Amino acid sequence: MPGSITSDIIKPPAPPLGGGFGGGGGGSDGWGASRRASMTGLMVLLAATTMAFAAFTSAFVVRRGISNDWIALPLPRIVWANTAVLLASSLMLELARRSLKSGRRTAFNRYWTAGTVLGALFLLGQAFAWWQLNAAGIFVATNPSSSFFYLLTAAHGLHILGGLTALVYVDVQALRLRLGPGKRTAVDVSAVFWHFVDGLWLFLMVLFLVWG
Amino acid sequence: MSSPIIHAHHAPQGFIRRWVFSLDHKVIGIQYYFLALFSVLIGMSLSLLMRYHMVHPDAKVAWFAKLWPTAAQGGIMTPELYLSLMTMHGTIMVFFVLTTAPQSGFGNYFLPIQIGAEDMAFPVLNMMSFWTTFLALIVMVSAFFVQGGPPLAGWTGYPPLSAIGPLAGPGEGLGQTLWIVSIAIFCGASLMGAINFIATLIDLRCQGMSLMRLPLTCWTWFVTAILGLLGFAVLLAAGVLLVLDRSAGTSFFIPGGLLVSDQILNHKGGSPLLWQHLFWFFGHPEVYIAILPGMGVTSQVLSTFARKPIFGYRAMVYAILSIGFLGFLVWGHHMFMSGMSPYSAMAFSVLTMAIGVPSAIKTFNWIGTLWGAKIRFTTAMLFALGFVSLFVTGGLSGIFLGQPALDLYFHDTYFVVGHFHMIMGVAAIFGMFAGTFYWFPKMYGRMMNETLGKIHFYVTFVGVYAIFTPMHYLGIAGNPRRYSDFTNFDFLGKLLPVHSFMTQAAYGTAAIQILFFFNLFWSMKYGRKAPINPWNATTLEWTVPSPPPFDNFGGQHPVVNHGPYEYSVPGAPRDFIMQTDPPDVHAE
Repeated sequence: MPGSITSDIIKPPAPPLGGGFGGGGGGSDGWGASRRASMTGLMVLLAATTMAFAAFTSAFVVRRGISNDWIALPLPRIVWANTAVLLASSLMLELARRSLKSGRRTAFNRYWTAGTVLGALFLLGQAFAWWQLNAAGIFVATNPSSSFFYLLTAAHGLHILGGLTALVYVDVQALRLRLGPGKRTAVDVSAVFWHFVDGLWLFLMVLFLVWG
Repeated sequence: MSSPIIHAHHAPQGFIRRWVFSLDHKVIGIQYYFLALFSVLIGMSLSLLMRYHMVHPDAKVAWFAKLWPTAAQGGIMTPELYLSLMTMHGTIMVFFVLTTAPQSGFGNYFLPIQIGAEDMAFPVLNMMSFWTTFLALIVMVSAFFVQGGPPLAGWTGYPPLSAIGPLAGPGEGLGQTLWIVSIAIFCGASLMGAINFIATLIDLRCQGMSLMRLPLTCWTWFVTAILGLLGFAVLLAAGVLLVLDRSAGTSFFIPGGLLVSDQILNHKGGSPLLWQHLFWFFGHPEVYIAILPGMGVTSQVLSTFARKPIFGYRAMVYAILSIGFLGFLVWGHHMFMSGMSPYSAMAFSVLTMAIGVPSAIKTFNWIGTLWGAKIRFTTAMLFALGFVSLFVTGGLSGIFLGQPALDLYFHDTYFVVGHFHMIMGVAAIFGMFAGTFYWFPKMYGRMMNETLGKIHFYVTFVGVYAIFTPMHYLGIAGNPRRYSDFTNFDFLGKLLPVHSFMTQAAYGTAAIQILFFFNLFWSMKYGRKAPINPWNATTLEWTVPSPPPFDNFGGQHPVVNHGPYEYSVPGAPRDFIMQTDPPDVHAE
């Protein structure tokens, strides 16, 4: 699997002979081990991302609380549309996964492509939000509220960009009819990551609305 | 990310694939180890320069002037240069030595073998993790060669000093920027490493390797990976905020109305304490990142050479886990001086004392392991015993510093320097020495020279106590840290002989390390050939040839039937039972 995000997993050892020996979750069982390792790796990555955003959030809340120079930021309206687009894209990916489970490849391709396009659209929408703020004379250093808005949307956007790369990769493989069973892991990993950044965005919206 | 197809059973041919951009966890482990060795040479040289300057502040040294034409004009080191040496010493030692060798070095090499896996879960990620660390080191060292030189803000990079740019002093321009960029790159590398360690340990254990049969080294690498994962993510976030303050004009950390060099700064409303909270939320777990792998190696080595099972294996595991957990709740004890509410200080203090409980459990279990044992005093064993000694010494002074009332006095004195060098610096390094002497036969197929090793141990052991014990007395006497020159103060001038003694001790201790380097490189080529299991140890790495083949087990799949430390089991044919021995080996 050259080029796969999961291809750097080593070829797993052969399945164990005979029954397990009380391995308590240990033990390698063929391809399952590499798939499990990918999922574990993803969860670890998500934990790290959560920590980074938790740090940003605590900085946000503290910075707002300690001084009186905070001016509430008027959220550009387009972020509402962006939120809807991102939710729709997550929904599409989920529909795609369901189609794949029941073997409907064409439906999978259609849904997955839709989800990918919507994801790209979200990123464009975020760029437009920045452009609007810029036009209104609100820059990174204007006020701590705008500093945090630019910072958090940029950090989130980078994660979206990473996720989008994975979605495009899966999509290209699917459209070229190369989505073998070994790539189901790539489908699941990228979809779970995408749902995570989706949820992260909802959290950020709440943060902006409640404390921004 | 494109990656080659990997065949588990064939070693890659060609120098570049095999030794430079290798996917083999063993080669990557060695690369990390040598990166740390290179870094420790830089870090140690810097400390010697600092120690020299402290006792000879007015000396004119010709080559200082050559090295630093502006910062050491006429050969006299400026206080700013002293601070930049201190900053780089701390940063290089903490990140590129203490975080790198025990975890990424030994962990990479031995975690997969000890759990019976052929490699890490994500070999390409593993390779990228090393080369990213390498890049971080290059960026960090390059700060020596830019205008203004390296930063002055210490390894903790406190703003506003670190946040307001060249106005704050030489080195606060490009030097400080490179520092932050390097740390950010390092955070990324650590994250990649943590993903690999955690996924590998959870999912690639061989048949029979249950969690309670893991060698304690694996437990410590696992918990360290979790600490690194959670800690470095927060440091990365803080670093991004600091970069924005420096270059985008934001005010996260820079307060309003700040007057620096007769200029009022344009920033307003930020909080330097915010950085301290974020930094120490990473910084305290970082202490355990440095020391936990040393604890693992110590447990492994003590049990092997005491020929006894580790005392209280489960208690050790739970102690490791609770040290990891509590480590995230005590960052405030680095900030007692910050004017925090006494109630918060009390809470942080109590939690800090609570870490004493699992630490004491570990220490008593080590002593319990040694109790009544027929100890084999190999060099590895001596260093492990040294680790226990230093851990206790450094831990006891921590109890003083954990009390807010005492810390207010001690905080800016040499007491703190003595404390953290004992426990985080030297103890962790003793763990690395123990690991080096213990695993060298496996890594290179040859034994290290024991006589040279023992001379090295005894001189180093006495040497580090001679350097760092007096620091506690200096601290009690009120000698402030971070000062480059003590001659201008009456009460400090009287302490200079102590400094002079410490400097001599530092020269001696540094000199004897040459013996270690000689032993290391000489033994690689000329050491006695090592058998598969020279120490009669029990864990999986001692079942494979020295050095192990590319896929570790030569296509075999080990099956584990025993715990990791079954020494001197009554009724067994030998005084040790390998983890892979048949289940009924001691029934006869």
